[in-house]
Amino acid sequence: MLLISCPWCGPRDETEYHYGGQAHVPHPESPADLSDEQWAAYVFYRDNSKGPFAERWVHSTGCRRWFNVLRDTATHEVLAVYRLDGPRPAPPQAGGNR
Amino acid sequence: MAEPTTSDAGAGPPAPRTSPLAHLADRMRAAAVTGARGVTLAEWPFVTMVNLRVDPASEAAVRIEKTLGAPLPRQCGHTTASGPHTLVWLGPDEWLVLSHADGTAVAGELGEALAGDPGSVVDVSANRTTLELSGPAARQVLEKGCPLDLHPRAHGPGRAVSTTVGPVAVLLWQVDDAPTYRLFPRSSFADYLARWLIDAMAEYRGPEVP
Repeated sequence: MLLISCPWCGPRDETEYHYGGQAHVPHPESPADLSDEQWAAYVFYRDNSKGPFAERWVHSTGCRRWFNVLRDTATHEVLAVYRLDGPRPAPPQAGGNR
Repeated sequence: MAEPTTSDAGAGPPAPRTSPLAHLADRMRAAAVTGARGVTLAEWPFVTMVNLRVDPASEAAVRIEKTLGAPLPRQCGHTTASGPHTLVWLGPDEWLVLSHADGTAVAGELGEALAGDPGSVVDVSANRTTLELSGPAARQVLEKGCPLDLHPRAHGPGRAVSTTVGPVAVLLWQVDDAPTYRLFPRSSFADYLARWLIDAMAEYRGPEVP
């Protein structure tokens, strides 16, 4: 069970949230000009990295707001929580003390 | 409840409203436990609820606060009260106005105060119903299925938060130190939640198992 701190409601159990996939995937500037292959890459292809990973969560049974979480996919440690309009935190450097 | 309530004009008086838990009123009364581990459950039907969305930094928010006579709570868990109204924080720009006053009148007044500015005022009285759980064992009953810390050090009278009880999403408002909690589940989940609570209350009828 993850304990995630909603930027508005504070720490709540993972069961109050829903997952929204990878964060910071920009919408294409001109979708009409994309080939099918490029569109498929935008819609379906996501990173699957080991380590710090920025992802979207929504506090669905609380304030119903979306926000971003920086989570370590190997340890499940929640490294940072930040609002959609907030700055993106720098990922911790490898070999750091965490 | 879900049936259309249209009736032919002049076919007689309209049917009285039925609350989502009217059919469980007797079972809830029978489930009451008295004594040192007492806990009671009852429905408070037809509480007026108005959903309000507005930018808290806007002029419209000031006008709405003046209309309601109370400031809009700015933090999760906070509530404010004024006359028949209690204002509950739902989100950074969203509140629920609970009231004993008539729903159409409250929504109308707030709509006038909003005066076409960005935001919304919607009468959602039929969206949720109200369950009141009260007594010395009420906190223990809720702790069986609520992920929040309800201990007095973290949760006290006047706090209202959206969370889950069992699998049901509810707005949970602690009213007093008895403790008395009011739970606001969506109407269609109320039957399940009431039965869940009746079941959770049953063990307090017997002596405490050490």
